[in-house]
Amino acid sequence: MDVKYYLRERFFPHMWCAGCGHGIVLNSLVRAVDLLGLKKRDIVMVSGIGCSSRISGYVDFHSLHTLHGRALAFATGVKLSKPSLNVIVPMGDGDALAIGGNHFIHAARRNINITALVMNNRTYGMTGGQFSPLSGVGTKATTAPYSNIDREFDTVELATGAGATFVARTTVYHVKQLQSLIKKAISHDGFSVLEVLSQCPTYFGRKNRKGSAVDMLNSFKDGTVPVGSKKKQENPELIERGIFVEKQLPEYCDAYAELVERATAK
Amino acid sequence: MAKKKKLKRHAINREWCKGCGICVAVCPKNVLELNSKEKAVAARKQDCIACQLCEEICPDLAIEVMVKYVEESTSGDK
Repeated sequence: MDVKYYLRERFFPHMWCAGCGHGIVLNSLVRAVDLLGLKKRDIVMVSGIGCSSRISGYVDFHSLHTLHGRALAFATGVKLSKPSLNVIVPMGDGDALAIGGNHFIHAARRNINITALVMNNRTYGMTGGQFSPLSGVGTKATTAPYSNIDREFDTVELATGAGATFVARTTVYHVKQLQSLIKKAISHDGFSVLEVLSQCPTYFGRKNRKGSAVDMLNSFKDGTVPVGSKKKQENPELIERGIFVEKQLPEYCDAYAELVERATAK
Repeated sequence: MAKKKKLKRHAINREWCKGCGICVAVCPKNVLELNSKEKAVAARKQDCIACQLCEEICPDLAIEVMVKYVEESTSGDK
């Protein structure tokens, strides 16, 4: 397939470092859109601030580059004004769960038909490698030179608890699964959260001696198992990937349209 | 008559490639390598099975594996 059809070629080569996992997410995203057969003019990418949020500048869809952490608030406005659009919100771990944590849980609670891609590289890459709420205990960062003491969020449990109706996780190593889960997340009628474990060889990798981008990719292969696998019971350290929640509940735009109809009925 | 995927050529965009080596590591047939300028090149084209894994995982979107579908006789007389 011709990926360039979906890209703004004038901005390439992109600004991400060599071996950055966010490029793999971009690659899989355009392939998923192609497989779904969506038109470019029917997609809106709304992003905040951070390395991951730069993804919206590289795709040839409608795009909105907004405030740090507030992408979901802007996306809610876009979606409510024109519910026929497919709204995709790429966010980093800090953008989604620290700065935008409140918007994240409330978008999930409302079940508005938006696709949130949480690209988790466990650090703030753009600003120099500070620890994020997903870094976890014992990791090192430029702001935690003697190691971090903050516990991390589990994105899947948080999204499930907040009421998201589609919750999944995968990694950038598993590109086929990544494409298929992006497809499912976009097709789902309701708020969908897809956490993608991504590597930052420049900061998280270097500070934590994780080796090269290839070594970090291999750690995703060895450190994750399909959801429900027996290996997880033997080794609780392993991270599960797959679909955790998939259910149908009333969607926010539909409920809103219904309310308008009811209120204006004579 | 089954159709088989065959390699036409590797189109590698050297301007976009940043030489991370991910394609070299994931290739199941060890077709790719980095040249002296740290850009991916298809050094052993004849071994390529056209799985397109390098194309789908490239973080720089720099690789396109051009493929063709050829009719393959199942009787085995060719």
